Amino acid sequence: MSIHELSGGWVRPLHRLLLAFPIGLFTFALFTDIAYLKTAEIQWTNFSAWLITGALVFGGIAGLFSIADFALGVRRRRCRRALVHLVALALAWVLGLVNAFKHSQDAWSSVGALGLTLSALCTLLVLVAGGIAYSARETL
Amino acid sequence: MKKTLLAAGVAAIGLSLALASCGNPSDPKLNQTGGAPDLPGIKETLVPAMKISPPAGWNGETPTVPQGFTVSAFATDLKIPRQMLILPNGDVLVAEGRGGHAARLRPKDVIAGFIKKQGNTKISGGDRITLLRDADNDGVPELRSVLVENLDAPYGLAYVEGYLYVAEQGALTRFAFQPGQTGIATPGERVTVLPSRINHHWTKSLAASADGTRLYVGIGSNSNIGERGLAVEEERAVVWEIDRATGARRTIATGIRNPTALAIEPTTGLVWSVVNERDELGPQLVPDYLTQVRDGAFYGWPYSYWGRNLDPRVRPQNPDMVARAVKPDYALGSHVAALGLDFARDGGFGGAFADGAFIGMHGSWNREDPSGYKVAWVSFSGGRPVGRPVDFATGFLKDGEARGRPVGVAFDPTKRILLVADDLSNTVWRIAPSR
Repeated sequence: MSIHELSGGWVRPLHRLLLAFPIGLFTFALFTDIAYLKTAEIQWTNFSAWLITGALVFGGIAGLFSIADFALGVRRRRCRRALVHLVALALAWVLGLVNAFKHSQDAWSSVGALGLTLSALCTLLVLVAGGIAYSARETL
Repeated sequence: MKKTLLAAGVAAIGLSLALASCGNPSDPKLNQTGGAPDLPGIKETLVPAMKISPPAGWNGETPTVPQGFTVSAFATDLKIPRQMLILPNGDVLVAEGRGGHAARLRPKDVIAGFIKKQGNTKISGGDRITLLRDADNDGVPELRSVLVENLDAPYGLAYVEGYLYVAEQGALTRFAFQPGQTGIATPGERVTVLPSRINHHWTKSLAASADGTRLYVGIGSNSNIGERGLAVEEERAVVWEIDRATGARRTIATGIRNPTALAIEPTTGLVWSVVNERDELGPQLVPDYLTQVRDGAFYGWPYSYWGRNLDPRVRPQNPDMVARAVKPDYALGSHVAALGLDFARDGGFGGAFADGAFIGMHGSWNREDPSGYKVAWVSFSGGRPVGRPVDFATGFLKDGEARGRPVGVAFDPTKRILLVADDLSNTVWRIAPSR
């Protein structure tokens, strides 16, 4: 049983659409972070801050779907992939929140080594979470 | 697998706690005032300290002043009083308003802007100058009138030989004016345009030289430390000298982050400023300061603070400018937000308050233990500050709530009174020796 089965077919596309946002936004925040560190052009870190914020908003909603999906399917035998998906997404979100605060610091401190590392980790984690979700046949 | 989930959960909780525990206590042993303040190491936190003291009314109470002085409300129900000017005939002018039109560039600007707003008055700025006349010096003005209105966030005021100079947030304007007048009908004349793009720090402070031939305008930076890009910092964080006869201007000091009030030291005729330094380096960085505005001096902003202490947040760095940076004269404490400066003249109040400067401190937001929220006194000797600052008017903060926030201060040597503008309770306080 999963929430996708419970609903009339609209939950699965909505869940996946929502998931597309943190995948795109965290990834682009990594690019804009790199651009800022290479150029010291402030607008790049401004972009990063908004991209991360957007990833948190949409990723948070997608995460609620993932949590519900996992909770409903936890009694199934093969829920390992759903768990990895959920853990990856949750970690990406928490690290993304830390990164959002990091990006609220001023000028170089808004990125620096920590911001870049967090952006890279968020990107990696959300790609893992997305990869699982998009390749799933039954659930997610 | 459940262990993984558990581990992830623990990690998440741990991180949230790390975020929440932004506690960054001050060290009370550090001496943060005077000519050689103790400067701790940089302590940046992911969540900057934002300690807003919520506004509360005075409820009939008044600020606390030293023994031998009385304090009373000289004028109430103003619309954000900032700087004041005492005219040769004793009339008091009060500039009222609030400026700035900085775009919100990051989510932080939205959130921090909302939080800081909680510590300010809900009244909108008057954009006007109010005149108060208390000719018999009984502490109750016989006359109150709006001298000029429809100004653009007026702040600095000066009067020289038939002209009232008003530093609005985007222009220095002058009005033909004779002391005694209670209204100005003639339109103002623009002396010079002042930098006003973004106007992160919008206040334009103003003082006239002792001989009246020159005007000094303080222009604050357009950001905390360049986080809006250094391109928008052209002619920001500077003090201009304007030739009153020709209107020609010259930048005399640079790297002076936010020179919020300028005044002439009476024994030397030199121009001094109180300056607000940068935030988010910790509760005890960087001390705001009082300094003589030296011709040609670079005071470090944004590249360094208190001389050559490098601010690592600013890129590209500029070692040549850091090498040039001069130390200010006198530290006032970190985050006190010094906004008012006036010198005691002609013997001041006598005694301990004869020679020196009154300093209005609006009060901090970027530290857990509030600082400022008072009027301080710094003694001068031979035209230089000496010793430690002394509290002159306190009680603006009570039980963690702000009843008032001092801005401009003005000393009247004829009446022997000190006026303090309070832009939270929208009051001008009058402090006088008890008779």
